[in-house]
Amino acid sequence: MGILDSKIPSGPLADKWTKHKNDIDLVNPANKRNIDIIVVGTGLAGGAAAATLAELGYNVKTFCYQDSPRRAHSIAAQGGINAAKNYQGDGDSNYRLFYDTIKGGDYRSREANVYRLAEVSGNIIDQCVAQGVPFAREYGGMLDNRSFGGVLVSRTFYAKGQTGQQLLLGAYSAMNRQINRGKIQAFNRHEMMDLVLVDGKARGIIARDLVSGEIERHSAHAVVLATGGYGNVFFLSTNAMGSNVMAAWRAHRKGAFFANPCFTQIHPTCIPVTGDHQSKLTLMSESLRNDGRIWVPAKKEDAIAIREGKLKPTELAEEDRDYYLERRYPAFGNLVPRDVASRAAKERCDAGFGVNKTGEAVFLDFASAIERYGKEKALTSGIKNPDKATITKLGEEVVEAKYGNLFQMYEKIVDQNPYKTPMMIYPAVHYTMGGLWVDYNLQTTIPGCYAAGEANFSDHGANRLGASALMQGLADGYFVLPYTIGDYLSDDIRTGAIPTDSKEFDEAEQQVRDRMEKLMGGSGIHSVDYYHKKLGKIMWNKCGMARNEKELKEAIEEISALRKDFWENVKIPGSIDSKNQELEKAGRVADFLELGELFAKDALHRNESCGGHFREEYQTEEGEALRDDKNFKYVAAWEYKGEPKDAELHKEDLVYENIELKTRSYK
Amino acid sequence: MKLYLKIWRQKDASTPGKIVDYTLDGVEGDMSFLEMLDVLNEELVSKGEEPVEFDHDCREGICGTCSLQINGEPHGPDRLVTTCQLHMRKFNDGDTIVIEPFRAKAFPVIKDLIVDRSAFDRIQQAGGYISVNTSGNTVDANTIPINKYDADEAMDAATCIGCGACVAACKNASAMLFTSAKVSQFALLPQGRVEAVERVQNMVRQMDLEGFGNCTNTGACEVECPKGISLTNIARMNREYLSATLKG
Repeated sequence: MGILDSKIPSGPLADKWTKHKNDIDLVNPANKRNIDIIVVGTGLAGGAAAATLAELGYNVKTFCYQDSPRRAHSIAAQGGINAAKNYQGDGDSNYRLFYDTIKGGDYRSREANVYRLAEVSGNIIDQCVAQGVPFAREYGGMLDNRSFGGVLVSRTFYAKGQTGQQLLLGAYSAMNRQINRGKIQAFNRHEMMDLVLVDGKARGIIARDLVSGEIERHSAHAVVLATGGYGNVFFLSTNAMGSNVMAAWRAHRKGAFFANPCFTQIHPTCIPVTGDHQSKLTLMSESLRNDGRIWVPAKKEDAIAIREGKLKPTELAEEDRDYYLERRYPAFGNLVPRDVASRAAKERCDAGFGVNKTGEAVFLDFASAIERYGKEKALTSGIKNPDKATITKLGEEVVEAKYGNLFQMYEKIVDQNPYKTPMMIYPAVHYTMGGLWVDYNLQTTIPGCYAAGEANFSDHGANRLGASALMQGLADGYFVLPYTIGDYLSDDIRTGAIPTDSKEFDEAEQQVRDRMEKLMGGSGIHSVDYYHKKLGKIMWNKCGMARNEKELKEAIEEISALRKDFWENVKIPGSIDSKNQELEKAGRVADFLELGELFAKDALHRNESCGGHFREEYQTEEGEALRDDKNFKYVAAWEYKGEPKDAELHKEDLVYENIELKTRSYK
Repeated sequence: MKLYLKIWRQKDASTPGKIVDYTLDGVEGDMSFLEMLDVLNEELVSKGEEPVEFDHDCREGICGTCSLQINGEPHGPDRLVTTCQLHMRKFNDGDTIVIEPFRAKAFPVIKDLIVDRSAFDRIQQAGGYISVNTSGNTVDANTIPINKYDADEAMDAATCIGCGACVAACKNASAMLFTSAKVSQFALLPQGRVEAVERVQNMVRQMDLEGFGNCTNTGACEVECPKGISLTNIARMNREYLSATLKG
């Protein structure tokens, strides 16, 4: 245990963060001007951190592979952001948000981190409103809320179906203000190729200018990695095409422990796969589960008829439908947490009740909501005895006002009208709870190297609740990291600028060049995508929604073999010293091919089912997850030792002083 | 479907480009436009040729990275979609499709179909923000009630994804729709009024410096905008600008 010091402050839970802020060292404003910080990734966590650190007076350099910080994939988050404001007066509190998050994460996250997250959540909303983020409002001018899965209160703030976009543009605007002041230098279309350590501390990065192909050296007193998750290890996911694990993995290879890689969130409501050409999956916001009812036909013959196009879902009588979430989980119904909803969909489809051609889809039906809203709207509009057509028309208008952009997106992709026929949905890889291990200060096991947002492992345990990713990204970036990093940097006020002509930078740059030469030197049979798709298939089939010992062992061998094949045979046209998208992809896939193996190893060692990690060997008779707190109540932090399968396990025991560990029940 | 593609190929910013013909078979209606290009690129790579480079990322119509002038229209023939959400079912077997980068002096070509839209970032840096520190020590979010209609209108303006279709659609390559969307978002909210005068002046100045053309009210930008950003925003920005100029 010795190596992993989580640095959780002492004292009562609710006082820890305040106490810690009072205790840690600060850097005075004049000295901040002499300190450089690199922030890699410009999504909610990175953008927020960069803006705040620059405001405080540090010299910040940001790096992103996109052409602008505004394009980071935080932008795609749809539904909302949680905050314990209790504006609805429905009994919400910091404690309740904390409790829901720990429980939702299936008791695999740190109490102190999660409480801090809940504590600063309200500030996030205040901050964003001050920045001009146009959250949805009620007619009285106050902020509106909606409900998300796994909770019994309405605490989710939203900006139509584009909450992530609006919050990211808020962080981007805060960054722009600092760029305009000269306090942030933004390096867009740049990719971090490696982390540079000097005397064991993170002191810079090697980056590649993706336009010119040039390799650059950048030094700093600390490096913040806010580079998102690694869901693209599955090839098909809701992540952006460019989302990758490179920065985190490079840091891992240099000594940063990688925690809980197998904790991956499969989101229940995505548009199903249509064919082999598919390049990515599109999410339909969880907010739709507020009003949509999920079902499959109760009889197999009906499911078959629907699959063959002989029966329309709207023709099926109410009693012939199986609203399986409402049946299995009456208390939470359609709003059970994501892992539970995903597994339940898989269970029905595996049993032969799937409703699309591939048999891997269930219905998300808005007919009841349209009728309910239509009746209400008719009454409030003074229509006493509305006919069915009027109710439907009015109901559709209400649903359009709430979810219009999502319905439009669905129609564009699937070519069906979701107002008239139920949506078809299926689970897809969405978010990764695992990531770089960090202590309470968000520092990795490499001094001076920090990880924020989805890139770290810290707050969501084995399953993230809806609308909590945005909360965590902004909490880390705006309110946590800018404090805690000062404690570390207070030792650096006399260090002076870090030179880039040192032997450490020479070596790191040479390694980057060698690696690219090696990639380009493949004997040339298959494209990068060929390997990425193969890896994705192994991951989805053997490390996906349900895992077992036999298949995980197979996955480790298969990924290892695929990686060997990749390095020998990948085909990359073009050159190193110019714009080359195939080379960019190759570097990322090479790291996924290592991460995938560690992922499987982690899943194999965790002999329990918890949250997004479901091991078939560990389930109750009713098919619910069987957690093993006696043996697995810890964070698995892996140390790099060459081949991923040789990684060494370090355990951080999770101590619950305020919450009693229970079997999660949503029944 | 079998398609005849005419695609702009350009090695880098300093080398002249040209249209190159490709024939692509086996295209399915369920493919997105970019997945169709993925299939073409897979073929090119397997033949040892350099694939066609194009910008793309989220592939769900929100990041604003994808672009492409398809048969003369930014983001192609469909309305209210980006290229990544345009599906091949909008095309027919045997169609010829011309694919070019967005064309504007302020958007120089980087390679093939990729253009440099950093001018948009610089316009935002000139004033597209509210000068409030991110300390979190602001007033409670519900302290200032905001009329729902204003909040909704601000949101409509704020949904601009910064893709540049407005510029590519405009015969003058004007960036008025893009700039006015940000100016409008803040002009409609009480938090944004404090710096309204400086903001509109600084953003318009930067827009002009970048080499975008003037607005002659043809409305092509609004038609091609994948997010339906309204021309009203330009009128609002003109009003803000005039009033700022008078206030001096």
